Amino acid sequence: MKVPVNVTVNGTPRAAEVEPRTLLVYFLRDTLGMTGTHIGCQTGQCGACTVLLDGEAVKSCMVLAVQAEGREVTSIEGLAPAGTLHPVQQAFWEEHGLQCGYCTPGMVLAAHALLQENPDPDEAAVRHALEGNLCRCTGYQNVVASVRTAAAKLASGAEPEPVITR
Amino acid sequence: MNPAPFEYHRAGSVQEAIGLLQQFPEDAKLLAGGHSLLPVMKLRLAEPVHLIDISGVGDLRGVQEGSDGVRIGALTTHREIERDETLRQRCPLLPEIASRVGDRQTRARGTIGGALAHADPAADYPAGVVALDAELIVQGPGGERTIAATEFFLGFLTTALAPDEVLTAVRVAALPARTGVNYQKLANQASGYAVVGVAAVVTLAADGSCESARIGVTGAGASAVRATAVEEALRNRSLDEATVAAACEAADEGIDLLDDLHASADYRRRVVRGLARRAVLAAAVRAAEAWGGPGRAGLR
Ligand SMILES: Cc1cc2nc3c(=O)[nH]c(=O)nc-3n(C[C@H](O)[C@H](O)[C@H](O)COP(=O)(O)OP(=O)(O)OC[C@H]3O[C@@H](n4cnc5c(N)ncnc54)[C@H](O)[C@@H]3O)c2cc1C
Ligand code: FES
Ligand code: FES
Repeated sequence: MKVPVNVTVNGTPRAAEVEPRTLLVYFLRDTLGMTGTHIGCQTGQCGACTVLLDGEAVKSCMVLAVQAEGREVTSIEGLAPAGTLHPVQQAFWEEHGLQCGYCTPGMVLAAHALLQENPDPDEAAVRHALEGNLCRCTGYQNVVASVRTAAAKLASGAEPEPVITR
Repeated sequence: MNPAPFEYHRAGSVQEAIGLLQQFPEDAKLLAGGHSLLPVMKLRLAEPVHLIDISGVGDLRGVQEGSDGVRIGALTTHREIERDETLRQRCPLLPEIASRVGDRQTRARGTIGGALAHADPAADYPAGVVALDAELIVQGPGGERTIAATEFFLGFLTTALAPDEVLTAVRVAALPARTGVNYQKLANQASGYAVVGVAAVVTLAADGSCESARIGVTGAGASAVRATAVEEALRNRSLDEATVAAACEAADEGIDLLDDLHASADYRRRVVRGLARRAVLAAAVRAAEAWGGPGRAGLR
């Protein structure tokens, strides 16, 4: 039996009927067609599916869509207006904080949650906050550098920047 | 990998949750943060027909200080515990343990009540609540009762909770003067869970010797226990390194050590002893530092 779910996703109220067993990540990807949130392990280990739930970084494969009822979800699509990069995304771009990009939406949102709470994290704080996000490509060095650069950008009041295409 | 289908119930109160548990005695489960239950449901290790979501029951959340100590609502998340000022002042062991649970996203959703009720042999809090002699407050159809933490964990994923009871809070008495705490954990590199975890609560006597040491061990056996042999060996002794190390050789006494793909029984034995030694020494140093009395010199 399907049940109604009402969630504000990236500022827009969304209503749908879903099976109660639907995970939030499938609600975003399949019900709403927003595939920016990735699925890696589905067991809560990898963090690829990280979104913000009322501003707090959570793994969306570990939350039922019905548990997000009445709450606000921010996915990677909602971080900056279309065609622009949020300062955290821009920093990942500049510092080569990604290779294949699979982990990146989750990394960016986890980093964003950290920076909201601690605007100037040292390397240890960055690594601690990103413990729940696995990356098979970068070896994490450039991810850490990206978060530190993002902190500096945000501290200087950076705005979203247009995506550069070649 | 969704869980198998179930019927979803959103409980508005503890009473309502108990009523639903009674209505579906065979096949209902409570849902709190879901960070232990959803994984086992995805694997079809649990297939509840009725899922009773208690995560919206407001009075189960938060930390309150009262005359009988600190009361932590069952739905308080690991992250809330990690950062709670009252707990950091009055019961720093639980924030210390919470900060070592899983990762940041897991700590944002997982709750202390869920962690205790799930009673995973590799969970962190059980070591802390047994070392603190915490009381677990549960509510059932007949009203409220209190279970000592040391009597709560009965075995692998098994607790003293009845099927129609809800764990509502954890109560921890104020720590005595001259007391220090510490949690030591050897984390599994893949899962983050404890291969072994040891929590120590050490109270020094006025002459700096050990008045009491309370030591909780998790991960070593099927459920968390107190290392009573070590506690007895340390009573009234000076807590120098040699004494503590010798006493901690008994840290695995009475534990039927797990032997699994994460660690052999023999490895766990060594780790329990080593972590017990570190936890007791670190707790003793903190007790002496907080107090500034004798005992400190011998500890350095
Ligand atoms: C990636 C990952 C890493 C983790 N790492 C660790 C770790 O390092 N250390 C650690 O200790 N844990 C770890 N955990 C487990 C985590 O701490 C869980 O949050 C916790 O074990 C369960 O809490 P919950 O609120 O999510 O409970 P749920 O999953 O909702 O429930 C767990 C069980 O308890 C029952 N239950 C829940 N609340 C109550 C209640 N109030 N009264 C009665 N029964 C109740 C449920 O019916 C269910 O059977 C990890 C989990 C994940 C996904
Ligand atoms: S897909 Fe959710 S944590 Fe890996
Ligand atoms: S960039 Fe490939 S997994 Fe992180």
